[in-house]
Amino acid sequence: MQWNSWQEFLTMRGYGLYVWGSFGACAVAMILEPLWVRNRWNAIRTRQPRQERS
Amino acid sequence: MSNSIINWFKYASPASFYPLAGRMIPWFSWLAVVLIASGVWLGLFVAPTDAQQSEGYRIIFVHVPASWMSMFIYCVMAFWSALGLAFNTRLSGMMTAALAPTGAMFAFLSLWTGALWGKPMWGTWWVWDARLTSQLILFFLYLGFIALQSAIDDPRRADRAGALLALVGVVNIPVIYFSVQWWNTLHQGASVSLTKAPSMAHVMLEGMLVMALGFWSYAIAVALTRVRCIILEREITSEWIKRNAVE
Amino acid sequence: MNGFVMALRRDMVLALRHKSEWLTALFFFVIVTNLLPLGVGPEASLLRKIAPGVLWIGALLSTLLGLPRLFAPDHADGTLEQMALSPIPLPWLVAGKIVAHWLVCGLPVVLMAPLLGLQFDLPVRSLGLLVVSLMLGTPLLSAIGALGAALTLGLRGGGALLSLLILPLYIPALIFGAGAVEADLAGISAQGHLSLLGAILVVSVFFSPWVTSMALRIALE
Repeated sequence: MQWNSWQEFLTMRGYGLYVWGSFGACAVAMILEPLWVRNRWNAIRTRQPRQERS
Repeated sequence: MSNSIINWFKYASPASFYPLAGRMIPWFSWLAVVLIASGVWLGLFVAPTDAQQSEGYRIIFVHVPASWMSMFIYCVMAFWSALGLAFNTRLSGMMTAALAPTGAMFAFLSLWTGALWGKPMWGTWWVWDARLTSQLILFFLYLGFIALQSAIDDPRRADRAGALLALVGVVNIPVIYFSVQWWNTLHQGASVSLTKAPSMAHVMLEGMLVMALGFWSYAIAVALTRVRCIILEREITSEWIKRNAVE
Repeated sequence: MNGFVMALRRDMVLALRHKSEWLTALFFFVIVTNLLPLGVGPEASLLRKIAPGVLWIGALLSTLLGLPRLFAPDHADGTLEQMALSPIPLPWLVAGKIVAHWLVCGLPVVLMAPLLGLQFDLPVRSLGLLVVSLMLGTPLLSAIGALGAALTLGLRGGGALLSLLILPLYIPALIFGAGAVEADLAGISAQGHLSLLGAILVVSVFFSPWVTSMALRIALE
């Protein structure tokens, strides 16, 4: 463990903006993308049976 | 030998690849979650503070894997494209189309984290360094590919035109990288040496590799899900989907 | 070979009949490069420094201007389909069209460039080098651009899409071409730049007609 306190961990000894900006952007992108794909998937699955009936 | 070839071609058909992909997705998703979680743990808690860059260097744990993946995915796209043009398999085009958005996302993340790394290290958000510039061009190539595919309505033409573009792009990447490097050495004044890597502790390298493997599994899981969407969208009228609609 | 001459002659006749086409590209080049001093100021040393890049980017954009019309008219009236079906190998016809595009959109730009170079206060020796680098570079632009024109044939938003696809591929040409003039301005030999530019030119002129024909066949299917 490299950290003495939460404070130190969150500010990253002065590099907080940069480190959390990077990790945050990756986290956001890599959570949103699967959600979008999931949405597309669900949209197709709900549309499909209807098309089948017609 | 002949047996394995037959097996491969069996899975080249969307109808038989679809269930296979469905079985693979959960495995890769969980693998991605576990690997990325341990990568974050290694990167943020276990890896020691760097002597020169203090905590700022921790960006490396997402920056380098994202850059690797963005380049790797483009190569994989070119591989599928070559396969598609050579054997005229439908699945290859779908795979290429499914990979492109994820690759573009990684290219963007690599630029974004690179800028956030550059600011504290060199005092500027952007340097016209050979690697950064090449990465930007790679991002443009991804955008071009996606734009071309989305502009073409006929899926068959979209696949084949995209495949040609991806192949031309992959041939051009080394030329572009070389030319940018050449350009960079001529304009030494503005450049900052990126190659002087910080002396890396063992655990840093491990964290980076674990993270890269996590990103890799993530890319596979997302691309497979997307390829399943594409298969359904394109083959919605075909018999096998109607039969398996309840699955 | 016959096909090459045939396509070249046909496109040249058509281009000479519609003068506005190549005059537009040329005037675009002149106007864009002349706007730049108005944007950055008339300081001679600065202008001399940015001249190679400006002139090269101007050349790049003005060749881009003619590209959407490389295959589109032939596609619209069905000539292109006839060409693809004819016994003459399609790559030869495409090569002829590429050369015609260069003669119409590239060559006037090359000939006009030294005049604009004077406006940017380039020394005479560098003007010669500018012409040489553009002479090697503009056919390259036409050759690579033809591929983009074929890929985007008949698509909505074709022109904008074309530039998105093609401009990244133009980067090596821009770097070596503008770099040659810059090197000469700085008193370094430009030979390395020109050799590399020539190498890329040879490779792309050799492969472009084939790849472009493939793209055309994909578009025509």
